[in-house]
Amino acid sequence: MADATLHDHELRLSACPACDAAPLAQRLADARGGQADVILSLPTIHCATCITDVERVLTRHPGVRAARVNLTLRRVTVDAPGMSAAELIPVVESIGYEAHELDPAALSASAADRQGRDILMRIGVSGFAMMNIMILSVAVWSGADAATRDLFHWISGAIALPTVAFAGQPFFASAWRALCHGRLGMDVPISLALVLASAISVYETVHSGHHAYFDAAVMLCFFLLIGRYLDYRTRAVARSAAEELTALEVPRAFRLTAAGEEPVPVAELVPGDLIRIRPGARVPADGEITEGRSEIDRALLTGESIPVAAAPGMALSAGEVNLTGPLVLRVTAAGRDSSLARLTALVAAAESARGHYTGLADRASRLYSPLVHLMAFCSFLGWYLATHDLRLAVNVAAAVLIITCPCALGLAVPAVITAASGRLFRRGMLIKDGTALERLADVDCVVFDKTGTLTMGVPQLVSLAPIPVEARPLAMALAQGSGHPLSQALAQALAEAGTQPAALDDLREVPGYGIAGRWQDRGLRLGRADWLGASHGDARLSASWLDLGQGAPIRLEFSDRLRPGAEACVARLLARRQRVLLLSGDAAPVVEDLAARLGIAEWRAGVTPLDKAEAVRALGSEGRHVLMVGDGLNDTAALAEAHVSISPASALDAARTASDIVLMGSDLAPVAEALDVARRARARIKENFAISLGYNVVAVPFAIAGLATPLMAALAMSLSSISVTLNALRLR
Amino acid sequence: MEVLSILIPVSLGLGTLGLLAFVWALRGRQYEDPKGDAERILSQEWDDHPKP
Repeated sequence: MADATLHDHELRLSACPACDAAPLAQRLADARGGQADVILSLPTIHCATCITDVERVLTRHPGVRAARVNLTLRRVTVDAPGMSAAELIPVVESIGYEAHELDPAALSASAADRQGRDILMRIGVSGFAMMNIMILSVAVWSGADAATRDLFHWISGAIALPTVAFAGQPFFASAWRALCHGRLGMDVPISLALVLASAISVYETVHSGHHAYFDAAVMLCFFLLIGRYLDYRTRAVARSAAEELTALEVPRAFRLTAAGEEPVPVAELVPGDLIRIRPGARVPADGEITEGRSEIDRALLTGESIPVAAAPGMALSAGEVNLTGPLVLRVTAAGRDSSLARLTALVAAAESARGHYTGLADRASRLYSPLVHLMAFCSFLGWYLATHDLRLAVNVAAAVLIITCPCALGLAVPAVITAASGRLFRRGMLIKDGTALERLADVDCVVFDKTGTLTMGVPQLVSLAPIPVEARPLAMALAQGSGHPLSQALAQALAEAGTQPAALDDLREVPGYGIAGRWQDRGLRLGRADWLGASHGDARLSASWLDLGQGAPIRLEFSDRLRPGAEACVARLLARRQRVLLLSGDAAPVVEDLAARLGIAEWRAGVTPLDKAEAVRALGSEGRHVLMVGDGLNDTAALAEAHVSISPASALDAARTASDIVLMGSDLAPVAEALDVARRARARIKENFAISLGYNVVAVPFAIAGLATPLMAALAMSLSSISVTLNALRLR
Repeated sequence: MEVLSILIPVSLGLGTLGLLAFVWALRGRQYEDPKGDAERILSQEWDDHPKP
């Protein structure tokens, strides 16, 4: 057990962006040679028309041999030798579907597929065997006797024994592993029941006995394999979507050499390298600026929503985003040494704490396995001492094991989890961890991050009023010339007001300051306060200044856009009397403003990453079950520390790795719904346990009394399995 | 009861036929995209002539 969790950590740890870069980039490089298929992710396709449209447009494109859409995975596989994704994406986008390149090497689809097909095959074989044996068994139950009964038992045995040997392999293997580690899992009693039922049936058949349990053994395999398959399916869907998120990001850096610029994998950077960072790109390694001026967005690292100015000599950390001008950076630390990797130790420590959570199914099986073995052994001993008939005693013990066998128990949890996570998946939530739903049901306290979680991290112009109507075309032309988020927000606001840009001369961006242009002998400028000779004033809002060449510069205020559904989500949580907290690394006035707007009473500003994790731990030690919702690197430790955590798909992948649930859409409203669904799922799981316990309580006394018949075992098994599945489906 | 000697092999044979069909479908990757297959049948794209 201990070494298993340790191994998990290594896997999870390596999923931080810095450490993941090396293998990912390596695999990408390997895949370039000889890989003919291009895989594109199509997040918006949903119907038959989408499938035909995409396939038609791709197959008609010259150079494409075939294209096949997979709607379940929302992907298209294109067979186009010699063509790259960059050539095919515009083809799909031309008919209005969003498309992203997927790194085929990062999608380990083939291995997972094989496992799924393997379980399906076993289900098919055991289903076939079950039906045939059932036909023969019905004849025996309805009164076939003497030679006919023996013949039917022999045929049943001939079908059942190879089937159990083939279909039961997953259970035998897992039971063997459990025994090697000195544990009694759910699979030990299952395997024992399978082996004992087959052995006693063979013995009875040879001695032309009345009862053979071949049908029960095969039915057991069939129902339990269905549970396994549901379990596998849920995890496979989550894993493929999580892989897709990773495969979307291909980390590259542009290294400056004597020969010019060359793209290299981030993992190959060493301290001392000079790298160029283009506007809009994420800083790939820690370093110091040697050339260029720009502005830096630190929201993902610290939660600050206002960009800071960057000039030569300033230190940058990996993960920050360069906004306006190109920069040349001298690398001081890369990969494992960079600040991105610094928090991973914290994450590992916190995750080992959470590794102790035991799922409801495990707790049930811990209680159940010893009890079943004890019961079977006692009835064997009792009957043997009372009658001194070994054959009868073994028969009774086998009947007890078969009747109590956890068919319904094995289906109870996977069926509910499949139904619940399917429902949440349709609402845009991806459950990464099997026990996440159960943990979500415990939550009584929700902690939010601000920038990027409750807000979009995208600025929005507060009001157009300060700009005179006649000057708007000029402002539009200036704003369109710059890639800075504030300029983009201004351009968008003006475009929504129906403004047409004017024609400006001499438009140039001054990196780190703003953008300047000329119109009819008037110099126009849009940018930072200090560049235009104004003072920034109130720090509550980020602001940009517009100089029209006449009069004083105009102050343009921007607020961070609320994430859609944030208000509804917080309101719903508060209405259900959950404790809601807001912890942000941003400045106090901004946080206070947002907390007031959403009605959150408890908030803290200027919180460091360590403080966040500390605060979450403190809540945990108060006995609270904390749900942490966050997206940045500064949230990563807190996400791992919390009882259960959610991050939006826009988060840094270190944060996504540390969290249990990923929010695929931009809407935050499903978070509140997920709490409801989780609670209902936990209730269903408990109901299912009660149902299967009920069947056992009725049937076990018969088995111990030696009155159990194969007919009874078959009825109890199938009825309990079906009622448990139907109960789970009520969640959908 | 002699009829059993015909009926039992027949029932087993039919069952095996079903199992082989299932194995064939599984090998042919027909369970890869259940959602897509459910939608594809609604498309009229290849109604008049089969997909080349």
